[in-house]
Amino acid sequence: MRTPSSLTLDALTRRFSDRNVVDAVSLTVPAGQLLALVGASGSGKTTTLRMVAGYETPDSGRVLIDDTDITGTPPQSRDFGMVFQHYALFPHLRVGENVAFGLEARGVNKPDRERRALDALTTVGLANAAQRTVQSLSGGEQQRVALARALVIEPRVLLLDEPLSNLDPTLRRDMRDELRATLHRLGVTALFVTHDQEDAFAVADRVALLANGKLLQAGTPEELYDAPASRAVASFIGHAALVPASNDGARVSIAIGNTTHAFAAHGTARGNVLAVLRPDALALARDGAPRTWKGTVTSRRFAGGHVAYHVRLDDRTTVEVVSTDRGAAEGSTVSVTIAREPVAVVAP
Amino acid sequence: MSDRSRGTWLLAGPLLALLAWLVVFPNIQVIAGTFAHGLDSWREFLASPGDREALRTTLVISIGSVLAATAIGVPLAFLLTRFDFPGRRALGAVATLPNALPPLVGVVAFLFLYGESGVVTRSVQHLLGLEHAPWTFTGIWPILVIHAYTMYVYVYLFVAAGLERYDSSLDEAAAGLGAGRALRLRRITLPLLTPSIAGAMLLVFMSSLASFSAPYVFGGGVRVMSTQILASKLNGAMGLAYVETTVLALTAVAALVLLRWFERRRSYAMTGKGRVSRAPIVSRGARTAAAVTAVIAVALLLLPHAMLVLVAFARDGVWTTQLLPPEYTLDNFARLARDTQLWIPIRNTINMTVLATAANIVVCFAAAYLIVLRKFRGRRALELLVILPWAIPATAIALGLASTFNRNDPLAARVLLVGTFWILPLAYFIRGVPLVANAIQGSLAQMDPSLEDAARGLGANWWLTLRHVIFPAARPGLIAGAMLTAIMGIGEFVASVVLYTHSNRPVSIEILAQLRDLSFGTAAAYSVVLIVMVLAITLGARRWESKLVRAETAVLG
Repeated sequence: MRTPSSLTLDALTRRFSDRNVVDAVSLTVPAGQLLALVGASGSGKTTTLRMVAGYETPDSGRVLIDDTDITGTPPQSRDFGMVFQHYALFPHLRVGENVAFGLEARGVNKPDRERRALDALTTVGLANAAQRTVQSLSGGEQQRVALARALVIEPRVLLLDEPLSNLDPTLRRDMRDELRATLHRLGVTALFVTHDQEDAFAVADRVALLANGKLLQAGTPEELYDAPASRAVASFIGHAALVPASNDGARVSIAIGNTTHAFAAHGTARGNVLAVLRPDALALARDGAPRTWKGTVTSRRFAGGHVAYHVRLDDRTTVEVVSTDRGAAEGSTVSVTIAREPVAVVAP
Repeated sequence: MSDRSRGTWLLAGPLLALLAWLVVFPNIQVIAGTFAHGLDSWREFLASPGDREALRTTLVISIGSVLAATAIGVPLAFLLTRFDFPGRRALGAVATLPNALPPLVGVVAFLFLYGESGVVTRSVQHLLGLEHAPWTFTGIWPILVIHAYTMYVYVYLFVAAGLERYDSSLDEAAAGLGAGRALRLRRITLPLLTPSIAGAMLLVFMSSLASFSAPYVFGGGVRVMSTQILASKLNGAMGLAYVETTVLALTAVAALVLLRWFERRRSYAMTGKGRVSRAPIVSRGARTAAAVTAVIAVALLLLPHAMLVLVAFARDGVWTTQLLPPEYTLDNFARLARDTQLWIPIRNTINMTVLATAANIVVCFAAAYLIVLRKFRGRRALELLVILPWAIPATAIALGLASTFNRNDPLAARVLLVGTFWILPLAYFIRGVPLVANAIQGSLAQMDPSLEDAARGLGANWWLTLRHVIFPAARPGLIAGAMLTAIMGIGEFVASVVLYTHSNRPVSIEILAQLRDLSFGTAAAYSVVLIVMVLAITLGARRWESKLVRAETAVLG
């Protein structure tokens, strides 16, 4: 594998009929890292990816590879590998020919490209598939062939457009781990687009959240989850109850019903804020424990290893609590506390 | 036997018998006719240099037509679906116009334009100061030119449809892997379009093989199989005509089997979504070239229609050596309406087309319903029977009918139709069967088969289910199929020329008669009438379908 390159997006903008579909997005993917671009459909993530790949021309902004501006370079000259949402495997070519196609385009002789295609297929665990037709592959196998085809050309950057979205849930979980392991082993710089934050968290080193064409926040999965920069990020990433509170800079006071408790705060918003209460940061507490609120269980959902309770704490506030304690029945009164500090706060 | 399968057989039995009688039986008569005198007719065919030449020329013209139509249709489809340039819309609007010309009418237009005394020919002669016409426009070349003009439309439509369905992420993937434009085209795009291109080539090949009008008018001394059959029949050499017909039909079936096999081998399902994006042509030189090409192409495509309209207003008998007709009048059209003898062909054409289309609708709806929604033993046979007339050249169909329905002999399943009005509507009907059945099958195939069971389960009887479930599902194909068969009937010439009598002569035959009389204005006026009828049918069918769709949307809304 070649030495990995870094990828930089500098104020990348794309307009469709006077609307900024991608609005001055700036990002850097350090060499050898995996960045997931997450957003709902219509957030501009695929357009961003297509501009990086060279299939769309930005209205303004630049794409840089290491420090070289490649904004005007056509796709075939970028040396990028791409895995498409529907894999885009050539249906008339066999698996081995599909994988070797990029090498053929580079003028590699036949014996060499067959050997390298076989190596790439071995990397993704499909050493015996070279002679198979594309139609005979399962969804997971197609995904791996698409990955092998993109990796065999030793791309400077690997781009993945929703590569897991066509897989069934069980296969999807396995493929997440496999994808991450393969990409890390090869040390490839990769930009990975998905609408599914679980995919993003499971695969990527860093995650960038896009909404309405704007970059809301970029950071490690933990940073986005534990310290969302805004209400929009807190709402999109994971489940959270956003509860009105006040923050003096060190501690956040959360008033629910007639009871106010203070906790260590994390976040730059001051004064009237929203406290971000994640289900896994809350816990059912025994009676008499400090800093608890009483509430009524309005529904419970058994999810195997844990139970998710919806607890109404007052007329305005219902929170979700996940607990290994299965004992609370619907309609029962429970005590809820915040088990993990600091509590993230965002501007209302 | 359950009620349902009994019902299926009550419909399928008579239908199979009817189609076997009308489609297969005449062909058996033809084949049997070749052996009426032992192997003499075959020996005569094999020994005849004229027939060998005709077969060779037919194949040369057919292959040449395929190459020419592909050379025009494929680039045009790419140009119009993949690129944006000044003049694209205008070119797109007229690209299918040659299809609106009934076969003989197209030939007449080319005669007025490029024939030895045609307007373009005389213009070139004047321009270059030549003593004689620069070309005679007879032989193989004019036939190829007319075929290319009328048949590239098939290639264009098939390839454009293929490109609309084409998953463009495959091209993007290839580009991303480093493939340049040429490699992408050679290794990815063209191989994936093979089924579309092969399908279109097959259609062009079959149409050229069966083509009659162009060789008949422009052939000069050139013999082709379809005209050879008519010549043998007129000479009373029926045995030879049967052999020629059999050879032509077998060639067509062989081509069909070969190309279908090839098409199936290279047919792949696209996994992604087809997405069409037209890239603007950026380079100034290429844009100018594309725009100029578009203007020239639009002019060339419109020229035959414009010429017919112009000549339709020319006074008969005064256009001799002048570049353009010297006198213009409305009289040609007025006479078509006033003069009974001139009106009869129009009335005949309308009556025979309406009859054939109505029969096609009834029979093909039943056949398509059985093929798509019923499982029974004779289904494959029925499928084959409805597609068979497509593989058989119209001259062969006509000769089969002429040899089968030439006497009353009910025990031998023969009825006397030759020489009566009914033989032509019957020929039109048989030619229309594959068109209408195929279109209705396409529509019914999109219907969820459980809808019929659901309706029955809710207590609907057979009639209610037919009216509210099956008929609405079949309707788009029914309208499209009826439109296609009506257009074919309006301009039908090939079967008509074999089977017509003076009293049931259609417009196409009358056009030929007027040309022979040098009544160019009247011939052109008839041609314009046919074009207007074709346009009216096309627009009417579109209107009708969209009106029905609107009415349904309003009910649902």
